[in-house]
Amino acid sequence: MAADIWTALFIALLAVFTGYEVISRVPVLLHTPLMSGSNFIHGIVLVGGIMALGLATNTAEQAIGFIAVVMGAMNVTGGYVVTERILAMFDRSKPKGGTP
Amino acid sequence: MSAWVSDAIDAVYVVAVLVFILGLKAMSSPVTARRGIVYAGIAMLIAVVVTFFSPGLGNFPLIALGVAIGGLGGWYWARVVKMTAMPQMVAMFNGMGGGAAAAIAAVELLASLSNRATSGLSVAGAIIGSISIAGSMIAFLKLQGWMPSKAIVLPARQVVNTGVLVVGVAFGVITLWTSSLVWLLPFFVLLLLYGILLTLPIGGADMPVVIALFNALTGIAVALDGFALVNGPLGDAGYAMVIAGTLVGASGSLLTFLMAKAMNRSVSNVFFSAFGATEETGVTMKGSLKPIEATDVAAMMEYANQVIIAPGYGMAVAQAQGKVKELADLLEAKGVAVKFAIHPVAGRMPGHMNVLLAEANISYEKLFDRDEINAEFPNTDVVLVIGANDVVNPAAHREGSPLYGMPILDVEQAKNVIVIKRGQGKGFAGIENDLFYRDNCHMLYGDAQAAVGKLVSALKQG
Repeated sequence: MAADIWTALFIALLAVFTGYEVISRVPVLLHTPLMSGSNFIHGIVLVGGIMALGLATNTAEQAIGFIAVVMGAMNVTGGYVVTERILAMFDRSKPKGGTP
Repeated sequence: MSAWVSDAIDAVYVVAVLVFILGLKAMSSPVTARRGIVYAGIAMLIAVVVTFFSPGLGNFPLIALGVAIGGLGGWYWARVVKMTAMPQMVAMFNGMGGGAAAAIAAVELLASLSNRATSGLSVAGAIIGSISIAGSMIAFLKLQGWMPSKAIVLPARQVVNTGVLVVGVAFGVITLWTSSLVWLLPFFVLLLLYGILLTLPIGGADMPVVIALFNALTGIAVALDGFALVNGPLGDAGYAMVIAGTLVGASGSLLTFLMAKAMNRSVSNVFFSAFGATEETGVTMKGSLKPIEATDVAAMMEYANQVIIAPGYGMAVAQAQGKVKELADLLEAKGVAVKFAIHPVAGRMPGHMNVLLAEANISYEKLFDRDEINAEFPNTDVVLVIGANDVVNPAAHREGSPLYGMPILDVEQAKNVIVIKRGQGKGFAGIENDLFYRDNCHMLYGDAQAAVGKLVSALKQG
């Protein structure tokens, strides 16, 4: 089944360039939301946690899998809420803008 | 048969990945940014929900309980925390992701150690994930103030740290080699320890680089877990993890290098030099520190054509951004142009100052990057430095200074510089600030919020 790993490697290679291109021109203003947003996106780890716990067959696997799910869920929701709060502030400041 | 279910789930993962990329793209412009996170959020929700329908999964009560605990905990915590505590929150949630990646790798190793290729990837994921959670937790403790934020330097640091890393990784290799699980525990313990040791000697002002790097590391750990998963019985979730993790790894690395470049230091210098632990000696300052009264500053600003405000971490600590907004409004009402000069590494995370000023409702059109505003300082009457130190230190132009070469805000070229500062201490870098001794510089001592408050009331009376 090593073929799957090679496929994944090709995909990863493309994702590197995508990640680089997509954010290479981000203004300083958005560095925080970008970091916080990408922090949220690696919350996809929750999917892996669900898989690990869902396929666990003994107590040790279940215990560690459970930790993975709790942490992954925290990453996802916390990352989302923090990003949303930061961006909400930028949104609010926009209409009040204008020339000094 | 459940073949169509698998296909449907795969299709959803493909769509989710597409929306992640679009969401990330949307986050590169202020106008579309908010839409971007909402899109990414919906995609994540769908991806998580369909995972429950994967054929052959069990332990649903445990999964539901875990999602509920982690989800509600993360949600609540992120909701109630103050905006000024955002850097440590980002560090915390990033650490959670790293920990989850390490735990998944551990489960993979327990379940299928016989497969060398997969287990090798799991070991790699475990290494990076463990370093990321331990390091992020130290960063969290430092930023939260539950631990001294300055560089903590242990004796024989380099040797000990390298030793811990090498032995830890060796345990991982032995685990693979012998297919025996007994080495897993010391493996994890040593790598967590390495994450702690790595982060201890890094001081508060270097945190923007550290947070960005650990973010990238977690992404890479997630991608490695994904690689290990694609070989498994339900492999396709692995592809989603590979793509999302790699995206974050790439974008996070880019951000890390941008931050390090803004300080004219390499990433390895940030991590391994224990910068700021030693103070510069042997440099004597010419001139003197000249205190000034708030009323005099207010008068000076009132008659200025343009005032530039350069905020730093001191403003965040004192939570002075609301007062700063008030001050800017008063000045503008009197016909004074007000701009903000933002250094890329001011504060404790990338873009920290932008967030705080946005919180205070200051329009982002008034915020200027270092490159945009440096040319304006010679034509500016008053520059107000609020709780910033190293990013305005002209020592960066002096050969031999530890700051030499760091791109700074050239505030010393303005006609008058007012520095709001709590005391006469040095900045994070432990270097005397030449600026404070210049003829055109005056010191307004006090907590940033109180000092700006005095300026506001003086302007109201004036």
